[in-house]
Amino acid sequence: MPTVSVGRDRLFAALGRTYTQEEFDALCFEFGIELDDVTTEKAIVRKEKHIEDDGEVESDDEVIYKIEVAANRYDLLCLEGLARALRVFTGTEASPVFQVSSVPRGSILQMNVKPQTSQIRPYVVCAVLRGVTFDEARYNSFIDLQDKLHQNICRKRTLVAIGTHDLDTLRAPFSYEALPPHEINFVPLKQEKSFRADKLMEFYKSDMKLKKFLHIIENSPVYPVIYDSNRTVLSLPPIINGAHSAITLATRNIFIECTATDLTKANIVLNTMVTMFSEYCENKFEVEPVEVVYHDGNKTVYPDLSCYKMEVSLSDILGPIGISLNEEQVVCLLNKMQLQAEHHSFNGEPRISVSIPPTRSDILHARDLVEDVAIAYGYNNVPKSKPKFMTIGGRQPLNRFSDKIRAEVARAGYMEVLTFILSSHEENFDMLNRTDDKSKAVIIANPRTAEFEVVRTSLMSCLLKTLKHNIDHPRPIKIFEVGDVVTLDSSRDVGASNNRRLAALYCNKVSGFEEIMGLVDSIVKVVRAPHVNFGEKYYVPTAEPEFFPKRQCKIVTSDAKQVGYLGIVHAEVLRKFGIPDPCTFVEMDIEALL
Amino acid sequence: MAEKSPAADVEADLLAHLNSAGEVSDSRSFASSHGVSHLELESVIKRLSAFLIVDSTDIIKETWVLTDEAKGYAAKGSPEAQLVAAIPPEGASKEALKAKLGDAFDVGMKAAARNKWIGFEKGNKDLVLRKVESVKDELQEQLKRLENGEAVPDKVIDDLKRRKLITKEKSIWYSLKKGPEFVLKRKTLATDVTSEHLRSGDWKDLEFKDYNYGAQGQPIAKGYVQPLMEVREAIEYIFIMMGFTEMPTNNFVESSFWNFDALFQPQQHPARDSHDTFFLKAPAATRQLPEDYLEKVKQVHESGGYGSKGYGYDWKRDEAEKNLLRTHTTAVSTRMLYKLAQEKPFAPKRYYSIDRVFRNEAVDRTHLAEFHQIEGLICDYGLTLGDLIGVLEDFFSRLGMSKLRFKPAYNPYTEPSMEIFSYHDGLKKWVEVGNSGMFRPEMLLPMGLPEGVNVIAWGLSLERPTMILYGIDNIRDLFGPKVDFNLIKSNPLCRLGL
Repeated sequence: MPTVSVGRDRLFAALGRTYTQEEFDALCFEFGIELDDVTTEKAIVRKEKHIEDDGEVESDDEVIYKIEVAANRYDLLCLEGLARALRVFTGTEASPVFQVSSVPRGSILQMNVKPQTSQIRPYVVCAVLRGVTFDEARYNSFIDLQDKLHQNICRKRTLVAIGTHDLDTLRAPFSYEALPPHEINFVPLKQEKSFRADKLMEFYKSDMKLKKFLHIIENSPVYPVIYDSNRTVLSLPPIINGAHSAITLATRNIFIECTATDLTKANIVLNTMVTMFSEYCENKFEVEPVEVVYHDGNKTVYPDLSCYKMEVSLSDILGPIGISLNEEQVVCLLNKMQLQAEHHSFNGEPRISVSIPPTRSDILHARDLVEDVAIAYGYNNVPKSKPKFMTIGGRQPLNRFSDKIRAEVARAGYMEVLTFILSSHEENFDMLNRTDDKSKAVIIANPRTAEFEVVRTSLMSCLLKTLKHNIDHPRPIKIFEVGDVVTLDSSRDVGASNNRRLAALYCNKVSGFEEIMGLVDSIVKVVRAPHVNFGEKYYVPTAEPEFFPKRQCKIVTSDAKQVGYLGIVHAEVLRKFGIPDPCTFVEMDIEALL
Repeated sequence: MAEKSPAADVEADLLAHLNSAGEVSDSRSFASSHGVSHLELESVIKRLSAFLIVDSTDIIKETWVLTDEAKGYAAKGSPEAQLVAAIPPEGASKEALKAKLGDAFDVGMKAAARNKWIGFEKGNKDLVLRKVESVKDELQEQLKRLENGEAVPDKVIDDLKRRKLITKEKSIWYSLKKGPEFVLKRKTLATDVTSEHLRSGDWKDLEFKDYNYGAQGQPIAKGYVQPLMEVREAIEYIFIMMGFTEMPTNNFVESSFWNFDALFQPQQHPARDSHDTFFLKAPAATRQLPEDYLEKVKQVHESGGYGSKGYGYDWKRDEAEKNLLRTHTTAVSTRMLYKLAQEKPFAPKRYYSIDRVFRNEAVDRTHLAEFHQIEGLICDYGLTLGDLIGVLEDFFSRLGMSKLRFKPAYNPYTEPSMEIFSYHDGLKKWVEVGNSGMFRPEMLLPMGLPEGVNVIAWGLSLERPTMILYGIDNIRDLFGPKVDFNLIKSNPLCRLGL
């Protein structure tokens, strides 16, 4: 979940009142955001620089609220939107109405899209904010929101990248192009000299912030670039803007362009930027449009600030919550969530028309309205009820059977342990004297560390590892685990299947080979015919590398099917696991005994 | 029959003697006249005294005894006398005298010189000459007198003490009389009941020795179950009591389709990033997906339908086919609901599962790369958020959490979504204990579930409530190979749901 940092005093000023921390916490809880941390600017800097907290609290140090918001509420990613949502929620303000200004025919700004852009980043959407008044806090918020959007919905600029410019430094019309890197030259933001685009990419490889975005275009023969009619570079999306059109505190007219690989998200991002910051425009909540002209002559005007209409019956809204209210009450609750609504009646049934503003891109379905009404009503005010029908409870036979086997082994004096399914490749193979013939194990593609390279194919390394961590425990040590292993299995849709296993390990000054055989005998006895048929002799000698020769065998049913194996653990294996005393290990296939 | 022990003999003799003579004035003489060591008699006396059968009075005497060195001098004479005696009239070399006298030489030389019993020839310090005809060996006399128990003056005692020739020794013996519980033959006290007692019938006369209840019993060899598995079992009971059927969750490898796409989780969702999910190199992709259903899932993501406007992006099959280790058991719930949707007519269900899930996260005190997810869901026509709250209160109150409240939350496949908080009396605060919600129509309708069927569901981890229950603050102390066997051995019974 994204976290937004806002100055407490600025937030309270925007909310028109102050709150105690407890009161604010309660408001957040009700609305569905969370006051995650209360800190100060200095504490944040100290933390970033890993400086010890010297305990000094200066009274003039601004208190920062870190607020966690829902991942699909891009309209809450800045103080402006957060305060607006809470003001509307608490009923101190009505939802704003956003407007696209009417521009005389012929004077609308244009963005011409060149065909080559389709190779790398096909979409661009734009808008203009006129007569903006910035102060330092507003300016910082404007920059922060771009960062937050880039991190979240823009998926680290892969899907959408935002460029904002001082319009008064540029001359329309603009053009969105894709050119070979050596043909692009400009002075990038925060630099003095001009770079050729390919050299610039080289230069940014050592830039902590920008280097993680380079991969998006690096290997493309053409780079996306935006020019004005003087061939001034506005930006090299999604990497960097030009220095020429940089925004300052004095900027009054802002040109916003969003380039994208996903048009839906580009619109959401553009709409979020303009709906949040048109608050500071001369004509509040009014946005000037830009016409995007495609090479085939198609033209689209952005931003699209129209409301999305939904038509629902009263019961569609209230049914899933389990409360009864009238239409007026529901309209009121919807209004608290910034959703404009009207009620009417259709064939005698009360219905509600809802207008979803461009800020609420999270509303996809009538069910989303249900949630908003429930939040506005208060989750904790919803009367509790019980589902009407009854069902009979039951368990999976394999799981119930596994529990019976667990109880049986515990009764035999063994201690249950619980280990991890993921293991290192070395533990699952080399350390057990086994080799990976690639036919068995599920392999992880992106392990974070060597601990998580493969899915275990037996419980043997797990029990040996557990024993090692308790090596000073008094002997004899008798441990067991019932758990799943996973092996490749072409008969399954996903290509792998689980298998339930019982494993037990005995460790003492002597091997305990007979002890483990005794345990197997007792299990054979409790699962015997008519369920599983075992002959007179169910131990058949084997020659596996993880065990001592001549002290190992498999366990077979009367039709010669192997259901398990056991042996004295090989000295080399014990050495690799750091175990000084002899051990006997057994593993059985529980599913074969069911 | 076992031979009668000598101790029993001594005890019988002593009691018989006391019975006839009334007293024993000196235990030492009793011991020597009965041919037993005083040590042996002493243990009999102590035992009988403890039972008040005899009344013993200690006789303590301190005496001076000769050290081993002094005993030698008493026998052979003092070192100085020995030295003088060893010197022939013509004198002797120091070397010769040392060889003859051994250890006594150095001490003898010093004392004899002090007494002026010996002298040296001029110019030859090595030749020792005798200056007296005979000497009176007072030291030997004093030592002999002490050895015989005769009195010696205190001044002599001090002198001998200083020369470390005598030490003080304490001797204890006893005078005995009949005690208040005197018996001629003592009853033996039993420490245990044996089958011999039962067979012979002598249990009737048996008197038990007092038992030391302060001592612990013998440690026993027994088996143990893992604490986390105990809590799992308790929660399983709660589900079954509430009419829930367990889902088959023994499939750790899952496709992105069932883990994400079928849950209306968009393909660019952050949870699908490789730093949250374990994707697989082998088997890298799933081989088979239900084609009809897949088409509907694709459509609802791309352009919506079923009353939804969808996410509006290009849905890619490759992305859905990518295999992974399931990040939640909801992947199984989704398969179960899809299966349920294919069965006609529709029948309501309550399902639960508790099994392993995997997250590609950094491991710390509260996070592991794998943990157990508890999940419950109910599927029927017309279920409400109120029903969900009612069921959650039922479920969590059985887990000992009866004070709940709910916070709006976001989850791509539930709407409404609620985080579940419980008030923790110990921590004195509201603690998040789980997540819940109603599955989205965009998830249920493409499966073919009838319109109007709702699914209410909730999930939580098994580890977190267990850690809170047992006061464990590091998850690795509870689960995994590093768990201490002593924790497993000493963990109390799980009383959840009793």
